[in-house]
Amino acid sequence: MAIISLPDGHRTWRRFTPRAQILRWFGYLIGVAVFVWCWNRISEATTWFFVWDAPRIAGDILTRATPPRWSYMEKLWWPIWDTINIATLGTIAALVMAVPVAFMAARNTTPQISVSPVVIRMIPPFLRPVLMTSTGQDSYTIGPIRPIALLIIVSTRSINSLIWALLLIAIIGPGVFAGIVAIAIRSIGFCAKLLYEAIEEIDHGQVEAVTATGGSRWQVMAYGIVPQIMPAFAGIAVFRWDINIRESTVLGLVGAGGIGLQLSSSLNVLAWPQVSLILLVILLAVVISEWVSAKVRGAII
Amino acid sequence: MAAGGDLDLLIGTRWKKPPFIRRAWLRWLLILGTGAYLVAAVASVEVNWARVYEGLERGAAFVAAFGDPDFTSRWQDIRDGMLESVIMTIASTVAGILISIPIGLGAARNIAPLPVYLVCRGIIAISRALQEIIVAILLVAIFGFGPLAGFLTLSFATIGFLSKLLAEDIESMDRVQAEAIRATGASWLQWVNYGVQPQVMPRLVGLSMYRLDINFRESAILGLVGAGGIGATLNTAFDRYEFDTAAAILILIIGTVMALEYISGIIRAKVQ
Repeated sequence: MAIISLPDGHRTWRRFTPRAQILRWFGYLIGVAVFVWCWNRISEATTWFFVWDAPRIAGDILTRATPPRWSYMEKLWWPIWDTINIATLGTIAALVMAVPVAFMAARNTTPQISVSPVVIRMIPPFLRPVLMTSTGQDSYTIGPIRPIALLIIVSTRSINSLIWALLLIAIIGPGVFAGIVAIAIRSIGFCAKLLYEAIEEIDHGQVEAVTATGGSRWQVMAYGIVPQIMPAFAGIAVFRWDINIRESTVLGLVGAGGIGLQLSSSLNVLAWPQVSLILLVILLAVVISEWVSAKVRGAII
Repeated sequence: MAAGGDLDLLIGTRWKKPPFIRRAWLRWLLILGTGAYLVAAVASVEVNWARVYEGLERGAAFVAAFGDPDFTSRWQDIRDGMLESVIMTIASTVAGILISIPIGLGAARNIAPLPVYLVCRGIIAISRALQEIIVAILLVAIFGFGPLAGFLTLSFATIGFLSKLLAEDIESMDRVQAEAIRATGASWLQWVNYGVQPQVMPRLVGLSMYRLDINFRESAILGLVGAGGIGATLNTAFDRYEFDTAAAILILIIGTVMALEYISGIIRAKVQ
Protein backbone atom coordinates (compact mmCIF):
# COMPACT_ATOMS: atom_id res chain seq x y z
CA MET A 1 0.00 0.00 0.00
CA ALA A 2 1.47 3.32 -0.92
CA ILE A 3 0.70 6.99 -1.33
CA ILE A 4 2.49 8.29 -4.41
CA SER A 5 2.80 11.77 -5.93
CA LEU A 6 1.55 12.21 -9.46
CA PRO A 7 3.49 14.46 -11.93
CA ASP A 8 0.87 17.25 -11.55
CA GLY A 9 1.54 17.44 -7.82
CA HIS A 10 -1.52 15.57 -6.55
CA ARG A 11 -1.02 12.70 -4.15
CA THR A 12 -2.98 9.51 -4.66
CA TRP A 13 -3.38 6.02 -3.19
CA ARG A 14 -2.18 2.94 -5.02
CA ARG A 15 -2.27 -0.64 -3.82
CA PHE A 16 1.36 -1.28 -4.71
CA THR A 17 4.45 0.88 -4.77
CA PRO A 18 5.84 1.55 -8.27
CA ARG A 19 8.69 -0.86 -7.55
CA ALA A 20 6.33 -3.65 -6.47
CA GLN A 21 4.15 -2.90 -9.49
CA ILE A 22 7.07 -3.34 -11.91
CA LEU A 23 8.15 -6.54 -10.20
CA ARG A 24 4.62 -7.89 -10.46
CA TRP A 25 4.36 -7.09 -14.15
CA PHE A 26 7.72 -8.71 -14.72
CA GLY A 27 6.49 -11.82 -12.91
CA TYR A 28 3.37 -11.91 -15.07
CA LEU A 29 5.52 -11.48 -18.18
CA ILE A 30 7.63 -14.50 -17.29
CA GLY A 31 4.47 -16.47 -16.51
CA VAL A 32 2.94 -15.64 -19.88
CA ALA A 33 6.18 -16.46 -21.70
CA VAL A 34 6.41 -19.88 -20.02
CA PHE A 35 2.79 -20.62 -20.79
CA VAL A 36 3.16 -19.62 -24.45
CA TRP A 37 6.25 -21.80 -24.79
CA CYS A 38 4.44 -24.77 -23.23
CA TRP A 39 1.45 -24.19 -25.45
CA ASN A 40 3.67 -24.12 -28.56
CA ARG A 41 5.20 -27.44 -27.60
CA ILE A 42 1.76 -28.99 -27.10
CA SER A 43 0.56 -27.49 -30.36
CA GLU A 44 3.54 -28.93 -32.26
CA ALA A 45 2.71 -32.41 -31.01
CA THR A 46 -0.94 -32.12 -32.00
CA THR A 47 -2.51 -33.15 -35.28
CA TRP A 48 -4.73 -30.12 -35.73
CA PHE A 49 -6.76 -31.76 -38.49
CA PHE A 50 -8.20 -34.15 -35.88
CA VAL A 51 -8.95 -31.28 -33.55
CA TRP A 52 -10.92 -29.35 -36.20
CA ASP A 53 -12.77 -32.57 -36.89
CA ALA A 54 -13.47 -33.10 -33.16
CA PRO A 55 -17.04 -31.72 -32.96
CA ARG A 56 -18.17 -34.16 -35.66
CA ILE A 57 -16.42 -37.09 -33.93
CA ALA A 58 -17.89 -36.11 -30.57
CA GLY A 59 -21.38 -35.97 -32.07
CA ASP A 60 -20.77 -39.30 -33.76
CA ILE A 61 -19.69 -40.98 -30.50
CA LEU A 62 -22.65 -39.48 -28.68
CA THR A 63 -25.16 -40.88 -31.20
CA ARG A 64 -23.48 -44.28 -31.07
CA ALA A 65 -23.42 -44.30 -27.26
CA THR A 66 -27.11 -43.51 -26.76
CA PRO A 67 -29.16 -45.19 -25.57
CA PRO A 68 -27.02 -47.24 -23.14
CA ARG A 69 -27.37 -51.00 -23.53
CA TRP A 70 -29.29 -51.66 -20.32
CA SER A 71 -29.31 -55.45 -20.80
CA TYR A 72 -25.52 -55.44 -20.32
CA MET A 73 -26.17 -54.62 -16.67
CA GLU A 74 -26.47 -58.30 -15.71
CA LYS A 75 -22.81 -58.78 -16.62
CA LEU A 76 -21.79 -55.84 -14.45
CA TRP A 77 -23.00 -56.94 -11.00
CA TRP A 78 -20.00 -59.14 -10.31
CA PRO A 79 -17.43 -56.51 -11.41
CA ILE A 80 -19.24 -53.96 -9.23
CA TRP A 81 -18.90 -56.29 -6.22
CA ASP A 82 -15.19 -56.74 -7.08
CA THR A 83 -14.72 -52.98 -7.33
CA ILE A 84 -16.25 -52.40 -3.89
CA ASN A 85 -14.06 -55.16 -2.45
CA ILE A 86 -10.90 -53.71 -3.97
CA ALA A 87 -11.67 -50.33 -2.40
CA THR A 88 -12.74 -51.65 1.00
CA LEU A 89 -10.13 -54.35 1.55
CA GLY A 90 -7.46 -52.03 0.12
CA THR A 91 -8.45 -49.28 2.55
CA ILE A 92 -8.40 -51.67 5.52
CA ALA A 93 -4.96 -53.02 4.58
CA ALA A 94 -3.70 -49.47 4.07
CA LEU A 95 -4.92 -48.37 7.50
CA VAL A 96 -3.22 -51.34 9.18
CA MET A 97 0.07 -50.31 7.56
CA ALA A 98 -0.46 -46.56 7.97
CA VAL A 99 -0.88 -46.59 11.77
CA PRO A 100 2.73 -47.58 12.66
CA VAL A 101 4.06 -45.27 9.95
CA ALA A 102 2.04 -42.38 11.38
CA PHE A 103 3.29 -43.02 14.92
CA MET A 104 6.85 -43.07 13.60
CA ALA A 105 6.31 -39.84 11.68
CA ALA A 106 4.59 -37.79 14.41
CA ARG A 107 7.09 -35.61 16.28
CA ASN A 108 5.61 -36.43 19.68
CA THR A 109 5.48 -40.22 19.33
CA THR A 110 8.49 -41.10 17.16
CA PRO A 111 11.38 -42.72 19.03
CA GLN A 112 13.77 -39.90 19.83
CA ILE A 113 17.14 -39.26 21.41
CA SER A 114 18.33 -36.05 23.02
CA VAL A 115 21.49 -34.58 21.62
CA SER A 116 23.67 -31.59 22.33
CA PRO A 117 23.56 -28.42 20.18
CA VAL A 118 26.89 -29.47 18.65
CA VAL A 119 25.22 -32.36 16.86
CA ILE A 120 22.40 -30.11 15.67
CA ARG A 121 24.90 -27.75 14.06
CA MET A 122 26.28 -30.67 12.07
CA ILE A 123 22.89 -31.39 10.45
CA PRO A 124 22.37 -29.46 7.21
CA PRO A 125 19.66 -26.77 7.65
CA PHE A 126 17.25 -28.24 5.07
CA LEU A 127 17.27 -31.58 6.95
CA ARG A 128 16.57 -30.04 10.34
CA PRO A 129 12.75 -29.77 9.98
CA VAL A 130 12.71 -33.45 9.01
CA LEU A 131 14.99 -34.75 11.73
CA MET A 132 14.48 -32.53 14.76
CA THR A 133 11.49 -33.27 16.96
CA SER A 134 11.78 -30.61 19.65
CA THR A 135 13.86 -27.59 20.55
CA GLY A 136 14.34 -26.32 24.06
CA GLN A 137 16.75 -23.85 25.62
CA ASP A 138 19.67 -26.22 25.58
CA SER A 139 18.05 -29.61 24.97
CA TYR A 140 17.33 -30.83 21.48
CA THR A 141 15.86 -34.13 20.39
CA ILE A 142 16.09 -35.81 17.03
CA GLY A 143 14.04 -38.70 15.70
CA PRO A 144 16.28 -41.01 13.68
CA ILE A 145 13.36 -43.07 12.26
CA ARG A 146 11.24 -40.07 11.27
CA PRO A 147 12.90 -39.48 7.85
CA ILE A 148 12.22 -43.10 6.88
CA ALA A 149 8.55 -42.75 7.79
CA LEU A 150 8.33 -39.49 5.83
CA LEU A 151 10.00 -41.13 2.84
CA ILE A 152 7.42 -43.94 2.91
CA ILE A 153 4.66 -41.34 3.06
CA VAL A 154 5.93 -39.23 0.17
CA SER A 155 6.87 -42.11 -2.11
CA THR A 156 3.60 -44.03 -1.75
CA ARG A 157 1.62 -40.84 -2.12
CA SER A 158 3.37 -39.50 -5.19
CA ILE A 159 2.81 -42.59 -7.33
CA ASN A 160 -0.68 -43.04 -8.73
CA SER A 161 -2.59 -46.24 -7.97
CA LEU A 162 -2.67 -47.07 -11.68
CA ILE A 163 1.12 -47.15 -11.72
CA TRP A 164 1.19 -49.27 -8.59
CA ALA A 165 -1.30 -51.59 -10.33
CA LEU A 166 0.92 -51.80 -13.43
CA LEU A 167 3.87 -52.70 -11.25
CA LEU A 168 1.97 -55.28 -9.22
CA ILE A 169 0.50 -56.90 -12.32
CA ALA A 170 4.01 -57.32 -13.63
CA ILE A 171 4.97 -58.93 -10.32
CA ILE A 172 1.98 -60.98 -9.13
CA GLY A 173 -0.14 -61.20 -12.25
CA PRO A 174 -3.45 -59.56 -13.22
CA GLY A 175 -6.54 -59.81 -11.07
CA VAL A 176 -8.44 -58.40 -8.12
CA PHE A 177 -5.62 -59.16 -5.68
CA ALA A 178 -3.20 -56.88 -7.56
CA GLY A 179 -5.84 -54.17 -7.39
CA ILE A 180 -6.27 -54.55 -3.63
CA VAL A 181 -2.52 -54.35 -3.04
CA ALA A 182 -2.18 -51.37 -5.39
CA ILE A 183 -4.93 -49.46 -3.57
CA ALA A 184 -3.45 -50.43 -0.20
CA ILE A 185 0.06 -49.21 -1.01
CA ARG A 186 -1.15 -46.03 -2.64
CA SER A 187 -3.30 -45.15 0.39
CA ILE A 188 -0.59 -45.62 3.04
CA GLY A 189 0.97 -42.22 2.47
CA PHE A 190 -2.32 -40.34 2.42
CA CYS A 191 -3.68 -41.99 5.59
CA ALA A 192 -0.37 -41.82 7.47
CA LYS A 193 0.09 -38.12 6.63
CA LEU A 194 -3.34 -37.08 7.88
CA LEU A 195 -3.05 -39.38 10.88
CA TYR A 196 0.36 -38.12 11.98
CA GLU A 197 -0.85 -34.54 11.73
CA ALA A 198 -3.75 -35.52 14.01
CA ILE A 199 -1.33 -37.17 16.45
CA GLU A 200 0.82 -34.04 16.56
CA GLU A 201 -2.23 -31.93 17.42
CA ILE A 202 -3.37 -33.96 20.45
CA ASP A 203 -3.86 -32.42 23.87
CA HIS A 204 -0.69 -33.14 25.78
CA GLY A 205 -2.40 -32.87 29.18
CA GLN A 206 -4.27 -36.14 28.74
CA VAL A 207 -1.07 -37.97 27.84
CA GLU A 208 0.62 -36.53 30.92
CA ALA A 209 -2.32 -37.55 33.13
CA VAL A 210 -2.06 -41.19 32.05
CA THR A 211 1.71 -41.08 32.45
CA ALA A 212 1.27 -39.69 35.97
CA THR A 213 -0.82 -42.71 36.99
CA GLY A 214 2.21 -44.87 36.20
CA GLY A 215 1.06 -46.11 32.81
CA SER A 216 3.57 -47.90 30.66
CA ARG A 217 4.52 -46.63 27.19
CA TRP A 218 1.83 -48.82 25.58
CA GLN A 219 -0.80 -47.89 28.14
CA VAL A 220 -0.10 -44.21 27.52
CA MET A 221 -0.61 -44.86 23.86
CA ALA A 222 -3.82 -46.86 24.33
CA TYR A 223 -5.47 -44.57 26.90
CA GLY A 224 -3.82 -41.19 26.35
CA ILE A 225 -3.33 -40.94 22.59
CA VAL A 226 -5.61 -43.40 20.80
CA PRO A 227 -8.95 -42.07 22.17
CA GLN A 228 -7.94 -38.57 21.07
CA ILE A 229 -7.16 -39.54 17.48
CA MET A 230 -10.02 -42.04 17.08
CA PRO A 231 -12.49 -39.56 15.48
CA ALA A 232 -9.79 -38.33 13.10
CA PHE A 233 -8.90 -41.93 12.27
CA ALA A 234 -12.50 -42.85 11.45
CA GLY A 235 -12.85 -39.71 9.35
CA ILE A 236 -9.66 -40.45 7.42
CA ALA A 237 -10.73 -44.07 6.84
CA VAL A 238 -14.07 -43.10 5.33
CA PHE A 239 -12.56 -40.24 3.33
CA ARG A 240 -9.94 -42.52 1.81
CA TRP A 241 -12.53 -45.24 1.15
CA ASP A 242 -14.50 -42.72 -0.89
CA ILE A 243 -11.39 -41.84 -2.94
CA ASN A 244 -10.54 -45.53 -3.32
CA ILE A 245 -13.99 -46.34 -4.76
CA ARG A 246 -13.22 -43.76 -7.46
CA GLU A 247 -9.77 -45.14 -8.11
CA SER A 248 -10.79 -48.80 -8.11
CA THR A 249 -13.35 -48.19 -10.85
CA VAL A 250 -10.54 -47.45 -13.29
CA LEU A 251 -7.91 -49.94 -12.07
CA GLY A 252 -9.31 -52.51 -14.52
CA LEU A 253 -8.00 -50.42 -17.42
CA VAL A 254 -4.57 -51.88 -16.74
CA GLY A 255 -5.96 -55.34 -15.80
CA ALA A 256 -6.29 -55.10 -12.02
CA GLY A 257 -9.91 -56.24 -11.76
CA GLY A 258 -13.18 -54.46 -11.15
CA ILE A 259 -15.54 -52.68 -13.48
CA GLY A 260 -12.65 -51.01 -15.35
CA LEU A 261 -11.96 -54.39 -16.96
CA GLN A 262 -15.38 -54.29 -18.62
CA LEU A 263 -14.81 -50.67 -19.59
CA SER A 264 -11.52 -51.52 -21.19
CA SER A 265 -12.88 -54.47 -23.17
CA SER A 266 -15.93 -52.49 -24.30
CA LEU A 267 -13.66 -49.65 -25.47
CA ASN A 268 -11.45 -52.09 -27.34
CA VAL A 269 -14.37 -53.37 -29.42
CA LEU A 270 -15.86 -49.85 -29.69
CA ALA A 271 -19.09 -50.99 -28.02
CA TRP A 272 -20.16 -47.43 -27.19
CA PRO A 273 -23.61 -48.32 -25.75
CA GLN A 274 -21.83 -50.53 -23.19
CA VAL A 275 -19.26 -47.81 -22.50
CA SER A 276 -21.95 -45.28 -21.75
CA LEU A 277 -23.72 -47.72 -19.40
CA ILE A 278 -20.47 -48.43 -17.54
CA LEU A 279 -19.70 -44.71 -17.26
CA LEU A 280 -23.18 -44.15 -15.80
CA VAL A 281 -22.57 -46.93 -13.25
CA ILE A 282 -19.19 -45.43 -12.30
CA LEU A 283 -20.71 -41.97 -11.96
CA LEU A 284 -23.46 -43.38 -9.73
CA ALA A 285 -20.91 -45.28 -7.61
CA VAL A 286 -18.85 -42.12 -7.14
CA VAL A 287 -21.86 -40.04 -6.17
CA ILE A 288 -23.13 -42.68 -3.71
CA SER A 289 -19.74 -43.20 -2.08
CA GLU A 290 -19.28 -39.45 -1.71
CA TRP A 291 -22.72 -39.19 -0.13
CA VAL A 292 -22.01 -42.08 2.27
CA SER A 293 -18.64 -40.63 3.23
CA ALA A 294 -20.09 -37.16 3.84
CA LYS A 295 -22.88 -38.65 6.01
CA VAL A 296 -20.51 -40.78 8.09
CA ARG A 297 -18.01 -37.95 8.55
CA GLY A 298 -20.85 -35.65 9.55
CA ALA A 299 -21.95 -38.18 12.17
CA ILE A 300 -18.43 -38.58 13.59
CA ILE A 301 -17.23 -35.01 13.73
CA MET B 1 -19.05 -39.49 33.96
CA ALA B 2 -21.63 -40.45 36.55
CA ALA B 3 -23.08 -37.90 38.92
CA GLY B 4 -24.35 -38.19 42.51
CA GLY B 5 -26.06 -41.53 43.28
CA ASP B 6 -24.59 -43.33 40.30
CA LEU B 7 -21.17 -42.82 41.79
CA ASP B 8 -21.90 -45.17 44.71
CA LEU B 9 -22.68 -47.96 42.27
CA LEU B 10 -19.43 -47.39 40.46
CA ILE B 11 -17.17 -47.42 43.51
CA GLY B 12 -15.38 -50.70 43.85
CA THR B 13 -16.07 -51.77 40.24
CA ARG B 14 -13.23 -51.86 37.82
CA TRP B 15 -13.02 -48.94 35.35
CA LYS B 16 -13.73 -49.87 31.80
CA LYS B 17 -12.89 -47.88 28.72
CA PRO B 18 -16.09 -46.35 27.36
CA PRO B 19 -16.98 -47.85 23.95
CA PHE B 20 -16.38 -45.79 20.79
CA ILE B 21 -20.03 -46.16 19.71
CA ARG B 22 -22.30 -45.78 22.68
CA ARG B 23 -25.54 -47.37 21.42
CA ALA B 24 -25.08 -51.11 22.03
CA TRP B 25 -27.39 -52.36 19.25
CA LEU B 26 -25.71 -50.09 16.67
CA ARG B 27 -22.29 -51.22 17.83
CA TRP B 28 -23.14 -54.90 17.52
CA LEU B 29 -24.92 -54.39 14.20
CA LEU B 30 -21.84 -52.65 12.81
CA ILE B 31 -19.46 -55.28 14.16
CA LEU B 32 -21.52 -58.22 12.86
CA GLY B 33 -22.24 -56.53 9.53
CA THR B 34 -18.58 -55.69 8.99
CA GLY B 35 -17.55 -59.23 9.94
CA ALA B 36 -20.07 -60.81 7.55
CA TYR B 37 -19.04 -58.48 4.73
CA LEU B 38 -15.33 -59.14 5.27
CA VAL B 39 -15.84 -62.91 5.15
CA ALA B 40 -17.87 -62.64 1.94
CA ALA B 41 -15.39 -60.20 0.38
CA VAL B 42 -12.27 -62.16 1.22
CA ALA B 43 -13.90 -65.40 0.08
CA SER B 44 -14.74 -63.90 -3.32
CA VAL B 45 -11.19 -62.72 -4.03
CA GLU B 46 -9.41 -65.37 -6.03
CA VAL B 47 -5.71 -65.37 -5.30
CA ASN B 48 -3.42 -67.62 -7.25
CA TRP B 49 -0.82 -68.07 -4.50
CA ALA B 50 1.48 -70.11 -6.75
CA ARG B 51 1.56 -67.16 -9.18
CA VAL B 52 2.15 -64.72 -6.32
CA TYR B 53 4.99 -66.89 -5.03
CA GLU B 54 6.57 -66.95 -8.49
CA GLY B 55 6.18 -63.20 -8.65
CA LEU B 56 8.04 -62.60 -5.40
CA GLU B 57 11.28 -63.15 -7.26
CA ARG B 58 10.36 -60.47 -9.79
CA GLY B 59 9.31 -58.25 -6.90
CA ALA B 60 12.72 -58.66 -5.33
CA ALA B 61 14.29 -57.84 -8.71
CA PHE B 62 12.24 -54.67 -8.83
CA VAL B 63 13.23 -53.61 -5.33
CA ALA B 64 16.84 -54.33 -6.23
CA ALA B 65 16.40 -52.21 -9.37
CA PHE B 66 15.73 -49.20 -7.14
CA GLY B 67 19.27 -49.57 -5.85
CA ASP B 68 20.62 -49.61 -9.38
CA PRO B 69 18.29 -47.57 -11.61
CA ASP B 70 19.07 -47.36 -15.32
CA PHE B 71 18.76 -43.79 -16.53
CA THR B 72 20.95 -44.15 -19.59
CA SER B 73 19.71 -46.85 -21.96
CA ARG B 74 16.30 -45.22 -22.54
CA TRP B 75 17.36 -41.68 -21.65
CA GLN B 76 15.94 -40.20 -24.86
CA ASP B 77 12.45 -41.57 -24.12
CA ILE B 78 12.60 -40.69 -20.44
CA ARG B 79 13.69 -37.12 -21.18
CA ASP B 80 11.01 -36.54 -23.81
CA GLY B 81 8.34 -38.08 -21.60
CA MET B 82 9.28 -36.07 -18.51
CA LEU B 83 9.48 -32.86 -20.54
CA GLU B 84 6.05 -33.51 -22.01
CA SER B 85 4.64 -34.23 -18.53
CA VAL B 86 6.09 -31.00 -17.16
CA ILE B 87 4.79 -28.98 -20.12
CA MET B 88 1.30 -30.46 -19.76
CA THR B 89 1.39 -29.80 -16.02
CA ILE B 90 2.38 -26.14 -16.30
CA ALA B 91 0.09 -25.29 -19.21
CA SER B 92 -2.93 -27.04 -17.71
CA THR B 93 -2.41 -25.54 -14.25
CA VAL B 94 -2.19 -22.01 -15.71
CA ALA B 95 -5.23 -22.52 -17.94
CA GLY B 96 -7.10 -24.22 -15.10
CA ILE B 97 -6.45 -21.35 -12.67
CA LEU B 98 -7.50 -18.72 -15.22
CA ILE B 99 -10.78 -20.51 -15.90
CA SER B 100 -11.48 -21.42 -12.27
CA ILE B 101 -11.32 -17.83 -11.02
CA PRO B 102 -14.51 -16.67 -12.82
CA ILE B 103 -16.21 -20.00 -12.10
CA GLY B 104 -15.17 -19.82 -8.45
CA LEU B 105 -16.58 -16.27 -8.21
CA GLY B 106 -19.79 -17.49 -9.82
CA ALA B 107 -20.06 -20.46 -7.45
CA ALA B 108 -19.87 -18.33 -4.30
CA ARG B 109 -23.42 -17.77 -3.08
CA ASN B 110 -22.60 -14.46 -1.38
CA ILE B 111 -21.52 -12.66 -4.54
CA ALA B 112 -23.25 -14.44 -7.42
CA PRO B 113 -26.94 -14.36 -8.37
CA LEU B 114 -28.76 -17.69 -8.11
CA PRO B 115 -28.83 -18.69 -11.84
CA VAL B 116 -25.07 -18.07 -12.23
CA TYR B 117 -24.46 -19.92 -8.96
CA LEU B 118 -26.36 -23.00 -10.14
CA VAL B 119 -24.59 -23.12 -13.51
CA CYS B 120 -21.13 -22.79 -11.91
CA ARG B 121 -21.89 -25.38 -9.23
CA GLY B 122 -23.09 -27.70 -11.99
CA ILE B 123 -19.79 -27.34 -13.87
CA ILE B 124 -17.88 -28.06 -10.65
CA ALA B 125 -19.98 -31.13 -9.87
CA ILE B 126 -19.43 -32.62 -13.35
CA SER B 127 -15.71 -31.95 -13.26
CA ARG B 128 -15.31 -33.51 -9.83
CA ALA B 129 -17.41 -36.60 -10.53
CA LEU B 130 -15.40 -37.71 -13.58
CA GLN B 131 -11.96 -39.13 -12.96
CA GLU B 132 -9.03 -37.81 -14.97
CA ILE B 133 -8.33 -41.09 -16.69
CA ILE B 134 -11.90 -41.49 -17.96
CA VAL B 135 -11.98 -37.92 -19.23
CA ALA B 136 -8.64 -38.61 -20.90
CA ILE B 137 -10.02 -41.71 -22.66
CA LEU B 138 -12.95 -39.74 -24.05
CA LEU B 139 -10.79 -36.78 -25.07
CA VAL B 140 -8.25 -39.03 -26.77
CA ALA B 141 -11.11 -40.61 -28.72
CA ILE B 142 -12.31 -37.15 -29.73
CA PHE B 143 -9.06 -35.16 -30.24
CA GLY B 144 -6.64 -37.94 -31.13
CA PHE B 145 -3.49 -39.08 -29.35
CA GLY B 146 -1.06 -36.57 -27.90
CA PRO B 147 -0.52 -34.02 -25.15
CA LEU B 148 -3.46 -31.84 -26.20
CA ALA B 149 -5.89 -34.43 -24.78
CA GLY B 150 -3.80 -34.58 -21.59
CA PHE B 151 -3.70 -30.78 -21.34
CA LEU B 152 -7.48 -30.54 -21.69
CA THR B 153 -8.04 -33.35 -19.18
CA LEU B 154 -5.87 -31.77 -16.51
CA SER B 155 -7.33 -28.30 -17.09
CA PHE B 156 -10.83 -29.71 -16.74
CA ALA B 157 -9.91 -31.49 -13.50
CA THR B 158 -8.19 -28.36 -12.15
CA ILE B 159 -11.35 -26.32 -12.71
CA GLY B 160 -13.45 -28.59 -10.50
CA PHE B 161 -10.86 -28.66 -7.73
CA LEU B 162 -9.85 -24.99 -7.59
CA SER B 163 -13.26 -23.42 -8.24
CA LYS B 164 -14.87 -25.40 -5.45
CA LEU B 165 -12.26 -24.50 -2.86
CA LEU B 166 -12.06 -20.90 -4.07
CA ALA B 167 -15.85 -20.55 -3.84
CA GLU B 168 -15.85 -21.96 -0.31
CA ASP B 169 -13.11 -19.52 0.64
CA ILE B 170 -15.04 -16.57 -0.79
CA GLU B 171 -18.20 -17.69 1.01
CA SER B 172 -16.38 -17.65 4.35
CA MET B 173 -14.58 -14.34 3.81
CA ASP B 174 -14.84 -11.33 6.12
CA ARG B 175 -17.86 -9.33 4.94
CA VAL B 176 -16.75 -6.14 6.69
CA GLN B 177 -13.74 -5.54 4.45
CA ALA B 178 -15.77 -6.13 1.32
CA GLU B 179 -18.50 -3.80 2.57
CA ALA B 180 -15.96 -1.06 3.31
CA ILE B 181 -14.81 -1.12 -0.31
CA ARG B 182 -18.41 -1.06 -1.53
CA ALA B 183 -19.13 1.95 0.73
CA THR B 184 -16.50 3.98 -1.12
CA GLY B 185 -18.63 3.68 -4.24
CA ALA B 186 -16.55 1.05 -5.98
CA SER B 187 -17.79 -0.68 -9.11
CA TRP B 188 -18.34 -4.45 -9.05
CA LEU B 189 -14.91 -5.12 -10.58
CA GLN B 190 -13.16 -2.76 -8.14
CA TRP B 191 -15.08 -4.38 -5.32
CA VAL B 192 -13.87 -7.85 -6.31
CA ASN B 193 -10.33 -6.59 -6.95
CA TYR B 194 -9.89 -4.64 -3.69
CA GLY B 195 -12.45 -6.17 -1.32
CA VAL B 196 -12.49 -9.87 -2.15
CA GLN B 197 -9.26 -10.74 -3.95
CA PRO B 198 -6.78 -9.72 -1.20
CA GLN B 199 -8.68 -11.90 1.28
CA VAL B 200 -8.60 -15.08 -0.79
CA MET B 201 -5.28 -14.59 -2.57
CA PRO B 202 -2.98 -16.36 -0.07
CA ARG B 203 -5.15 -19.45 -0.07
CA LEU B 204 -5.53 -19.36 -3.85
CA VAL B 205 -1.76 -19.32 -4.26
CA GLY B 206 -1.39 -22.22 -1.84
CA LEU B 207 -4.09 -24.25 -3.56
CA SER B 208 -2.64 -23.54 -7.00
CA MET B 209 0.74 -24.84 -5.90
CA TYR B 210 -0.95 -27.93 -4.47
CA ARG B 211 -2.83 -28.45 -7.73
CA LEU B 212 0.41 -28.10 -9.72
CA ASP B 213 1.72 -30.97 -7.63
CA ILE B 214 -1.42 -33.09 -8.26
CA ASN B 215 -1.39 -32.31 -11.98
CA PHE B 216 2.17 -33.52 -12.28
CA ARG B 217 1.32 -36.78 -10.54
CA GLU B 218 -1.74 -37.26 -12.75
CA SER B 219 0.20 -36.41 -15.91
CA ALA B 220 2.34 -39.44 -15.17
CA ILE B 221 -0.60 -41.79 -15.81
CA LEU B 222 -2.30 -40.06 -18.72
CA GLY B 223 0.24 -41.65 -21.05
CA LEU B 224 -1.33 -45.05 -20.32
CA VAL B 225 -4.32 -44.10 -22.46
CA GLY B 226 -2.32 -42.16 -25.04
CA ALA B 227 -2.79 -38.65 -23.66
CA GLY B 228 0.93 -37.77 -23.58
CA GLY B 229 3.53 -37.63 -20.84
CA ILE B 230 5.86 -40.04 -19.09
CA GLY B 231 3.16 -42.71 -18.58
CA ALA B 232 3.64 -44.27 -22.01
CA THR B 233 7.36 -44.79 -21.39
CA LEU B 234 6.67 -46.20 -17.94
CA ASN B 235 4.05 -48.58 -19.31
CA THR B 236 6.46 -49.84 -21.96
CA ALA B 237 9.18 -50.36 -19.35
CA PHE B 238 6.82 -52.48 -17.22
CA ASP B 239 5.57 -54.46 -20.22
CA ARG B 240 9.13 -55.37 -21.15
CA TYR B 241 10.04 -56.16 -17.52
CA GLU B 242 12.75 -53.49 -17.71
CA PHE B 243 12.52 -52.84 -13.99
CA ASP B 244 15.70 -50.75 -13.84
CA THR B 245 14.30 -48.25 -16.35
CA ALA B 246 10.94 -48.25 -14.57
CA ALA B 247 12.74 -47.62 -11.26
CA ALA B 248 14.60 -44.69 -12.83
CA ILE B 249 11.32 -43.14 -14.02
CA LEU B 250 9.65 -43.67 -10.64
CA ILE B 251 12.62 -42.09 -8.86
CA LEU B 252 12.35 -39.08 -11.18
CA ILE B 253 8.62 -38.78 -10.46
CA ILE B 254 9.09 -39.07 -6.69
CA GLY B 255 11.99 -36.60 -6.79
CA THR B 256 9.98 -34.06 -8.77
CA VAL B 257 6.99 -34.37 -6.43
CA MET B 258 9.25 -33.93 -3.40
CA ALA B 259 10.89 -30.87 -4.96
CA LEU B 260 7.47 -29.40 -5.81
CA GLU B 261 6.24 -29.99 -2.25
CA TYR B 262 9.36 -28.32 -0.86
CA ILE B 263 9.00 -25.28 -3.15
CA SER B 264 5.27 -24.98 -2.50
CA GLY B 265 5.95 -25.12 1.24
CA ILE B 266 8.31 -22.15 0.92
CA ILE B 267 5.90 -20.19 -1.29
CA ARG B 268 2.94 -20.89 1.00
CA ALA B 269 4.95 -19.74 4.03
CA LYS B 270 5.81 -16.50 2.14
CA VAL B 271 2.29 -15.53 1.09
CA GLN B 272 0.60 -16.30 4.40
